[in-house]
Amino acid sequence: MRFELTPRTHVSPVMRALAPVAAFITAFLIAGFVIWLMGRSPVAAFDVYVLQPLSDPWALQELLVKATPLALIAIGLSYCFRANLWNIGAEGQYVIGAVLGGWLALKTHGTEAGAWVLPLMLLLGVIGGALYGLIPAFLKTRFGVNEILTSLMLVYVAQLILDYLVRGPWRDPKGFNFPQSVTFDPSATLHPILEGGRVHYGAVFAAIAVLVTAVVLGRTLFGYRLKLTGDAPRAARFAGFSSKATTMAVFAISGGLAGLAGISEVSGQIGQLQPSISPGYGFTAITVAFLGRLNPVGILLAALVVALTFIGGESAQILLKLPLDLTQAFQGILLMCVLAADAMVSYRIRFATRGGGK
Amino acid sequence: MFSGKVYGALAGAAVLALSAGAAVAQPKDKVKVGFIYVGPVGDHGWSYQHDQGRQAIEKAFPGKVTTTFVESVPEADSERAIEQLARTGHDLIFTTSFGFMEPTLKVAKKYPNIKFEHATGFKRNPNLSTYAAKFHEGRYIIGQIAGKMTKSNTIGYVGAFPIPEVIAGINAFYLGAQSVNPNVKIKIVFANTWYDPAKEGDAAKALLDQGVDMLAQHTDSPAPIQAAEARGKFGFGQASDMERFAPKAQLTAIVDNWSDYYVARTKAVLDGTWKSEDTWGGINAHMVVMSPYKNMPDDVKKLAQETEAAIKSGSLNPFKCPIMGQDGKEIECKGKGALSDEQVLGMNFYVKGIEDKIPQ
Repeated sequence: MRFELTPRTHVSPVMRALAPVAAFITAFLIAGFVIWLMGRSPVAAFDVYVLQPLSDPWALQELLVKATPLALIAIGLSYCFRANLWNIGAEGQYVIGAVLGGWLALKTHGTEAGAWVLPLMLLLGVIGGALYGLIPAFLKTRFGVNEILTSLMLVYVAQLILDYLVRGPWRDPKGFNFPQSVTFDPSATLHPILEGGRVHYGAVFAAIAVLVTAVVLGRTLFGYRLKLTGDAPRAARFAGFSSKATTMAVFAISGGLAGLAGISEVSGQIGQLQPSISPGYGFTAITVAFLGRLNPVGILLAALVVALTFIGGESAQILLKLPLDLTQAFQGILLMCVLAADAMVSYRIRFATRGGGK
Repeated sequence: MFSGKVYGALAGAAVLALSAGAAVAQPKDKVKVGFIYVGPVGDHGWSYQHDQGRQAIEKAFPGKVTTTFVESVPEADSERAIEQLARTGHDLIFTTSFGFMEPTLKVAKKYPNIKFEHATGFKRNPNLSTYAAKFHEGRYIIGQIAGKMTKSNTIGYVGAFPIPEVIAGINAFYLGAQSVNPNVKIKIVFANTWYDPAKEGDAAKALLDQGVDMLAQHTDSPAPIQAAEARGKFGFGQASDMERFAPKAQLTAIVDNWSDYYVARTKAVLDGTWKSEDTWGGINAHMVVMSPYKNMPDDVKKLAQETEAAIKSGSLNPFKCPIMGQDGKEIECKGKGALSDEQVLGMNFYVKGIEDKIPQ
């Protein structure tokens, strides 16, 4: 016996909307079963994992902090993925954005430089990420090099550049030779939205990115061009859309947003350059983009959900002594369930009893 | 360090002024202790040993102490995890990796009534202590063993990152080897990770392919010593006793023993006597422990034991002056007859005889 997937001729919008909900319930049932097998209460786990973070102001704030870079990067990636271009290197674009913006922070460190520093840092972050994103785009359009490989490889190059800088020329002279820069001056720090809070203005940038992207994708010729390039590249060519120009544009946009996320994290959260400035945001954002179905609002929700699994996972370690592995397994289960639910909405599963197998 | 101290004193005055007497610690009946680990507890190296210390606290104060840990916390994203512990009623919080320094300081300033302890860093606060161990003392001993035992006269070293602690370890190891074998050569590979068995193992194999027959490691998984075992060569365990992973290859292991320190600090919180301090203990303080010397001839074993005793009694300092830099010039001796603590803690040069260059 074997399975066959056949596309449904009519996809019900209600089903499509309910699919993620069903996926969540299924994922929680599976995780709850595992927790029950481990001899803990699934109800308490659900409480710690989901309800407490959503009902505690501090945790809600942390949720926004964690979701900010994920949403910014994933929104950018959605431009690429919609056009069927595979930018896997957002992590590197994030790092280069942080490096270029951070350069200005270090340059102006200890000087009387005024309020112009921060905006210029952010701009440099965007430019750095965009230029770095343009490298795989250029290699693809000019030489036909596979962008998956080049963008991924450039992540390591970016990380090593940062590593070199903070161990060498940008090292804090008073830092016992440890690999880190000086801490940024207040003029180079992205301030919290509320005094004393941890949510910085990066969250506002993410919100703006969501709104602008919703308009661009839904209401502009450029948005249509992306969709057509992705779904029907031949038709796009006949319509006179240059696939090269599209490639360059989407990589610049997604690199720029990743760079903005990088400089926002460094100047808003970490406050200095160090060898590791991301716990893998650029890669997690790929998951976020697909969990959100490449839809801007969906991505925002997906970023919050993924952030919730991180924060809930930490609480579960602290309060229930559940291992970290379970948190990571749960993230995997959740993604699988969402993708499976999507597949089942779009496809019909048939059990074929003949013709298959050996 | 100077500016850090001044800053600490200022912040201390501010805390005293704000809390007006509440800073006087009170004895407690029950204490909740939290730990932040950089790796998984199952790494059998760094984080594993810290977790052994955590378990020692639970055993030492039955019914009085509860402990919690959060493992594999990325350094760039650790502030939240530390604050989670602070918010969930922990009285004493250990953050056990250098990269947690700034986040620990931030959270410590926000929660002046909670005690924090940061391993291997240098920034303190009235409620933030620092602690580290003189692992280089153990590395001098294993250097002597390797220098005696090597037949190819080439020994290998898998380092994590070229930070001062690792550089000081390499120098101490090499000085030990040189003290018994002036012609010994060392080959160094940096794996650029504290814990990644695949990368560590590859680094070890690359060294073995180049003809080293002794392998030291300053990364946390047993992969390098396992590679030595598979090739019939010798190695040294890192952080914990790795004998069960390499029964024929392990000559000894430098074991990080945090248990005594953790128990003492927890007791200080229970008694209300906890103070912000900087602790840097070695073999003498029982923070660095050598696991049994095995798989070696008796004369080498005797030498190792004598060196260990000499370091313990204080008659031998691995960094006793004169120390020569790679260029053959003497390094300025800022301590009493040996390099000063600051010079060791900020070490960024190789000693004479090491032919590599520190990656910059």
